[in-house]
Amino acid sequence: MEVSNYWYFLSGLTLLSALMVVLSKNPIHSVLYLVFTFFCISGHYVLLNAQFLMAVNIIVYAGAIMVLFLFVIMMFDLKKNIPDSKTNLTKLAGTVVAGSVLVILVAAFRTIQYPTPDESTFNPNNGMVENLGKVLYSEYLLPFELVTVLFFVAMVGSVMLGKREVGDRNF
Amino acid sequence: MNYQPSDFLPIFVQLAAAMGFIVFTMIVTHILGPRRSTKLKDEAFECGIESQGDARTPISIKYFLVAILFVLFDIEIVFMYPWAVNFKQLSWTGFWEMAVFMGLLLAGFVYVIKKGILKWEK
Amino acid sequence: MEPTNTLFMAKAVIILVVFAITLGVAAYSTYFERKIAAFMQDRVGPDRAGPFGILQPLADAVKMFMKEDFIPSHANKWLFIMGPCLSMLTALMTSAVIPFGDTVTVAGVTFDLQGIDVNIGILWVFGIVSLGVYGILIGGWASNNKYALLGGIRAASQNISYELAMGLSIIAILMFSGSLSTKTIVEAQQNGHWNIFYQPLGFIIFIVCAFAECNRTPFDLPECETELIGGYHTEYSSMKLGFYLFAEYINMFISGAVMATLFFGGYDYPGYEFVANKLGETPAAFIGAGALIGKALFFVFVFMWVRWTLPRFRYDQLMNLGWTGLIPLSIYNVLVTGIGILSGQPIIAGIAGFVLLILGLIIYDQLTVKKKIA
Repeated sequence: MEVSNYWYFLSGLTLLSALMVVLSKNPIHSVLYLVFTFFCISGHYVLLNAQFLMAVNIIVYAGAIMVLFLFVIMMFDLKKNIPDSKTNLTKLAGTVVAGSVLVILVAAFRTIQYPTPDESTFNPNNGMVENLGKVLYSEYLLPFELVTVLFFVAMVGSVMLGKREVGDRNF
Repeated sequence: MNYQPSDFLPIFVQLAAAMGFIVFTMIVTHILGPRRSTKLKDEAFECGIESQGDARTPISIKYFLVAILFVLFDIEIVFMYPWAVNFKQLSWTGFWEMAVFMGLLLAGFVYVIKKGILKWEK
Repeated sequence: MEPTNTLFMAKAVIILVVFAITLGVAAYSTYFERKIAAFMQDRVGPDRAGPFGILQPLADAVKMFMKEDFIPSHANKWLFIMGPCLSMLTALMTSAVIPFGDTVTVAGVTFDLQGIDVNIGILWVFGIVSLGVYGILIGGWASNNKYALLGGIRAASQNISYELAMGLSIIAILMFSGSLSTKTIVEAQQNGHWNIFYQPLGFIIFIVCAFAECNRTPFDLPECETELIGGYHTEYSSMKLGFYLFAEYINMFISGAVMATLFFGGYDYPGYEFVANKLGETPAAFIGAGALIGKALFFVFVFMWVRWTLPRFRYDQLMNLGWTGLIPLSIYNVLVTGIGILSGQPIIAGIAGFVLLILGLIIYDQLTVKKKIA
């Protein structure tokens, strides 16, 4: 099979599962569809031969962030919080926002110039972890170290968020 | 070593085998077993004591915090993989780079512990 | 046929054979678990079904299939079915990257005894293992039972906590091998240079995490009978319950194989070169596959041994061990390993690091004991 056929199949699957995330009524179903969407995106990374990104996408997004989502959904009392956010006004606002994002994206994609890779210097194994590490720990050293500061801030933030108020119910 | 996207193709054989096994087993067990439903049987099993309230009560914030911290640490660990793979080439420079990274990581870690977020006995 | 097609067929055959072996080992693990438990408690164990009771797993399977496939009316039907299926799926998908042997030539086709040799090898295992949380969490939530929900959430918290230390303990291995590919990791350990000699601390961390990831005693808090009835599978019956239990045994076997791959030289065994010279590459590789499976089975035995030896942890102890114990320990391990490799004395640095750690622990213990007395 041609590579482009794989691509079409994967893209269709990605779009379908992403749509299901939005359309399914049960939030837990949405999370499961989102995990599946991440798998499809990982499939795209494989087609691009960026295997490390593929693994990281699964580990971080599907394995960590989605678990956090599930926890949050389970912490909410679903029956009491009947969504009163679906008024006509919010629907209209959502449509306008999403529509303008779509317009911007289409406009951006129309003007973008795709660089064609130079076949003489192209290395298909550029996306492998070895090459990634070499670049990350020499050229991009400063951003890498700054990322830790970001993590530190995030840790402090999460601790502040999760501080227990007096009289909260817990078990 | 030249790695290709097609290296992953055999995984679909495994996926098909696993899915086939699971679907087959689920259908067979559904067909074979008897089906008798009573009102008592339908209730949540709590050792025979009548069930009080809703099962889906809000859970402790601790679990949520653990999940957040897990996401943060997981990303930091992911950053270490490219470093570890290139460790011998990066040599001492790389070692000190990572020492700084780990120092900051540990600083955050100590902060979290000092704040008592991971204290479960309280 | 084209060479790529024959290679693909060979890989497909390997994957299916490994799949069958995994299922067989998992089925017989249930039998041996009961036999070992019986031996340790001076009982006979299952001995009715066939000679020595070796048909017991079959009898169990038939029983499981014939049970009522019960779905409580208050549960979310599809999620309730989804839970055990996801658990099983994640358990079955990891074995592809484990290298079962070196290059073999069968019927003129030369290939490696490995499902897929990919650049990210070991991360594939981690990615799939990190998804194992979903099966339990969703099953526990869908049951709509307090105990099941608590069990599921406990399991998820425990799994994600120990995943961190597990990921960190791997990093020291990667520093030796310089690759994430499982094949390269094993090749770097050939001729007796097994990682266990360089990484005793890393191995201890890894095996503790493996116990926690498989929800095995002493870390089986998610299904702790004394507190939570059956934990996340309280409401489950028939093969759906069977899937949860079966997935645990598959995970045990796979984690045994992963430990053998990472720390015990994979398919390497003493005298590999000699056998390869005498009999040729192919038989040596097949014996190597046997050696790997033997090592994995030994770890399965260790899992059972520990189960009937150690009592269960308390939940706060479990989380404390994972976060404040294993994570700093594995960071320490990475630093010591780094110094060892860069100074060219990995074994000496490893032993020195280990001794320093023990000394530090003793001193710390003494100080805290004095504080407690005073």
